[in-house]
Amino acid sequence: MASDTELTPTSYINHHLTNLTTQVSEGSFWVLHVDTLVTSLILGVISFGFIWLVVRKATPGVPSKRQAFVELAVEFIDNEVKNTFHGNRHVFVAPTALTIFVWVLMMNAMDILPIDIMAWIYEHAFGLHNWRTVPTTDVNTTFALALSIWFLMLYFNVKVKGWGGWMHELFCTPFGKNPLLWVLNLLFNFIEYVSKPLSHSLRLFGNIYAGEIIFLLLGMWAATGVSGAIFGAILGAGWAIFHILIVTLQAFIFMMLTVVYISMAHESH
Amino acid sequence: MNINFTLISQAVAFSVFIWFTVKFVWPPLLRAIEERQKTIADGLAAGERGRHELELASQRSSDVLKEAKQRASEIILQAEKRASEIVEESKRTAKEEGDRIILGAKADIEHEVFSAKEALRQHVAELAVAGAAKILRREVDAKAHADMLASIGEDLK
Repeated sequence: MASDTELTPTSYINHHLTNLTTQVSEGSFWVLHVDTLVTSLILGVISFGFIWLVVRKATPGVPSKRQAFVELAVEFIDNEVKNTFHGNRHVFVAPTALTIFVWVLMMNAMDILPIDIMAWIYEHAFGLHNWRTVPTTDVNTTFALALSIWFLMLYFNVKVKGWGGWMHELFCTPFGKNPLLWVLNLLFNFIEYVSKPLSHSLRLFGNIYAGEIIFLLLGMWAATGVSGAIFGAILGAGWAIFHILIVTLQAFIFMMLTVVYISMAHESH
Repeated sequence: MNINFTLISQAVAFSVFIWFTVKFVWPPLLRAIEERQKTIADGLAAGERGRHELELASQRSSDVLKEAKQRASEIILQAEKRASEIVEESKRTAKEEGDRIILGAKADIEHEVFSAKEALRQHVAELAVAGAAKILRREVDAKAHADMLASIGEDLK
């Protein structure tokens, strides 16, 4: 926590919502949120490294407990994908869904770590004044994921239907083939294609960001006195428990939407 | 909340993680899972087959048992018949043997009776001769009356 500045609610929240940035190049775009990138990379490396270590020794015989755990996750994802995507899911879609679910879940789960204790650790153990723990509260992360998936969606649209097929779909659905309706169809599809990545990314961002804000507000309440501390602690614990659900649910929703979008790109109307 | 270079870096990280999962995580695990599923399916099929064979075997064994019971009862029937035959036969043999023994005994008895009669006749003849000799004493010449004595002996037969 910032010990050199006066502690007000505004400074408290600002402190927790300020990224550690570094300027990569000239211009306001060329800024990198180091905390977001490093945390997400560490989480990704840890989770996929763990899964890879288990998978490397995977046996078709009696599985170890760790292998059974990984298989549980994999089969859960595989089932969900199987119900939505009707193609060879093992080539790309199912492993991508696994990647998204595990990574987003891990990044969301950072929200449950107590923010002020983590801030103290960053400050005193690593000398980092500003460090945001939750990568999915950074809109860059959620947009990066949603836009990557959006481009994948475009890619599969072209790959499966061909340019002609895709254009046909853009101009002739959902209302019909009549040339009078082409503009309307195109407009409709344009809105759909714009809204998909927006809703996809902002849903995840909004849920996790709101969760973090509520933790911050509870933390501020806890600073107001004994009763505030008691209620802050009780409500904070309650919110953390509820947040386990939100964290998992949002990761699941994000994964499912990905699968749905990619499936829609594979199927013609 | 501003879009910046972080977005690109996160997208790159995302694609690397996807590539890693697609290439190194999913296929081996899927292989292991599918192989295990196959093993389990084979095991279940083998179990089903075994159950079926057990059913067949028990049916066969009950058939065999039924046949064996039937055979056994046939054999018992035959044996009983044979036993009664043997009993009849031995009864008959015994009767014949007994008859023969009785016949032999009768012949023996007749023979005994005959020889006893003969001896007795001899004896009576001798007694008669002795009596006559005593009565006639001097008057009777044994030589002269031998013929007469012999005829008496003949009559006594």
